[in-house]
Amino acid sequence: MSATPVAPNKPPQSPPPARDDAYERKLRARGRRGRFDVKASPYLYISPFFLLFLLVGLFPLLYTGWIATRNWNTLTGDGGVAVCGLICNSTEPSIWANFQWVMHQHVFWIALRNTFSIFALSTIPQIIMALILAAILDANLKAKTFWRMGVLLPYVIAPSAAAIIFSQIFSDQGGLINTVIGWIGLDPIRWHANTLASHIAIATIVNFRWTGYNTLILLAAMQAIPRDVFEAAVVDGAGRFRQFFSVTIPMLRPTLIFVIITSTIGGLQIFDEPQLFTQGTSGYGGHSNQFLTVSLFLWNQGFNSVTPGTPNLGRAAAAAWILFVIVVIFAVLNYVLTQRIASDAGPKQRKKKKAVAR
Amino acid sequence: MSNEVSVATLRQYGGNGVANAAQRKRKLAVTSEGRRPGWVSYTYLTIALLLVIFPLYYAFSIASQPTPDTQYGPQALKFGSGLFTNLSNAFEELGYWHALGGTFMVSAVCSVTTVLFATLAGYSFSKLSFRGRKGLLLFVVATMAIPTQLAVVPLFVLMNKLHLFGSLWAVVIPGIVTAFGVFWMTQYLEGALPYELIEAARMDGASMIRTFWNVAIPAARPAMAMLFLFTFVAQWTNYFWPTIILGPNKGNMLTTAAAALKGAHFTDYTLIMSGVILTAAPLIILFFFMGRQLVSGIMAGAVKG
Repeated sequence: MSATPVAPNKPPQSPPPARDDAYERKLRARGRRGRFDVKASPYLYISPFFLLFLLVGLFPLLYTGWIATRNWNTLTGDGGVAVCGLICNSTEPSIWANFQWVMHQHVFWIALRNTFSIFALSTIPQIIMALILAAILDANLKAKTFWRMGVLLPYVIAPSAAAIIFSQIFSDQGGLINTVIGWIGLDPIRWHANTLASHIAIATIVNFRWTGYNTLILLAAMQAIPRDVFEAAVVDGAGRFRQFFSVTIPMLRPTLIFVIITSTIGGLQIFDEPQLFTQGTSGYGGHSNQFLTVSLFLWNQGFNSVTPGTPNLGRAAAAAWILFVIVVIFAVLNYVLTQRIASDAGPKQRKKKKAVAR
Repeated sequence: MSNEVSVATLRQYGGNGVANAAQRKRKLAVTSEGRRPGWVSYTYLTIALLLVIFPLYYAFSIASQPTPDTQYGPQALKFGSGLFTNLSNAFEELGYWHALGGTFMVSAVCSVTTVLFATLAGYSFSKLSFRGRKGLLLFVVATMAIPTQLAVVPLFVLMNKLHLFGSLWAVVIPGIVTAFGVFWMTQYLEGALPYELIEAARMDGASMIRTFWNVAIPAARPAMAMLFLFTFVAQWTNYFWPTIILGPNKGNMLTTAAAALKGAHFTDYTLIMSGVILTAAPLIILFFFMGRQLVSGIMAGAVKG
């Protein structure tokens, strides 16, 4: 790199005659260096990302594929091609054995069901709440920034920390919610022991952190809607609610879909909340796996040191691939949906594709 | 409306006071932002804010109970006298300074490198021409869809091979630069940096890297600040990967240390909640100073895309 360019301010065609030779040579050298600079710099600048991606992205991707075919004990390492064993009546080593083993686990399907259930319970109410909050914030409020910061506060609280707090709020015996329910005169709800109740509780933790965040995204999109559209609606006699449902919501479609996509990708990977929601000594995911998720299943198989038998990275890798396929299917579904809506009626001027780091 | 004098002109001729007054008035008259919200809106917002604050209050009130006997039921809602005892116990138990230092190190290093490398790559993708630009950018976007879960198994094996199991470097390395960051900076610089500026710098004889440093960086500064904040928060609140790779050294970072505290004292929530408060506090304090920027960052990101 030429760190200190000579930067002649005079035009090059009238160099001082005394330095003629030296100056020419310098220019030519700079020209050569300059051409190389122009050619190589773009690649140089993107190289840190791609080098790191090779190390922690692409290589792991291929390597997971390899590990998923092996009988890989977490502590002792590679133990040859995987064997499915009793559960699928096969003692033949096969590269699909780990996948078969995972698919034959009753627990895996429970985990999948729980993941979808928690995902639905967190995404749908969350988006409705975010829409309402955004509509309220999209007004000439006093202390705007205060309210916006207020709804965003949970974003800086780690999901793991929120999960610990909420596991106490939703405690089965003497937790806050059950105390309040007791005052009303109802029976306590078993927030940890009951399947649906535990899903609602965990979804609440997710909503706690992400509602405000999504509110701000929807609010930004609402403010980008041209105001004359509303004026036209008013002229046509639309009231506030009619405006919201017939103008705001349709104009928000691309953003809504973006929010749904990011919630989907995040929701299907949920781990922190269910892991730390566990109370007392019942296993991770609840004593009868009532809130075990796919990520938690994966972690139990590969990394949890108290897993009965031995932790097996091959099975964890297979579970990761299955999860990946599910995420991809959802992403493609979302994409198709987005395309369709974009070509239908939605506003065409902006495409929502920006994701904000989760 | 079209024959009105613009606010900028008013500012020039009438001074700031006139201009600001006009701006306020026009906002009220023209935009739907002008709807004056009634008490219903404020009531909703207050309820929402209480729902946000309440879990934090509850954490404090449990942490203030002198004994675990009162951590359940209605009495847990009343502030007790044990807050400082519990906090200092949790402080000891967590090895607070050690965990805070670790989390801070990881967050700071990852944020600085992510911002630097993402800006470099974003500048290259948005403003320089080279063969394969489109394809490589598409590739970057595609990698954002790869879930963390897919990488943890091989990364675990890799870090073990590098003898980094349990070390903070194992947490740092996968976070040095993110596809999201590259994409974010590309999007921003696309619109924020005019080609003329780059050409002018090149005409003045600046090398490529100098052009980047003196022209692209100043233009990218707002987006860099946002990216720094997002990365910092993401790393600070990260739990899944650290809990796997730190193994027995869970005390090295705050989130894992708090989880370990929960595992060790699962019946004493006065202590656990104190630990949670201690681990969440630094970022909450930071939020009071940086929250405004975080808000505008999220809103800018949503509109620009």
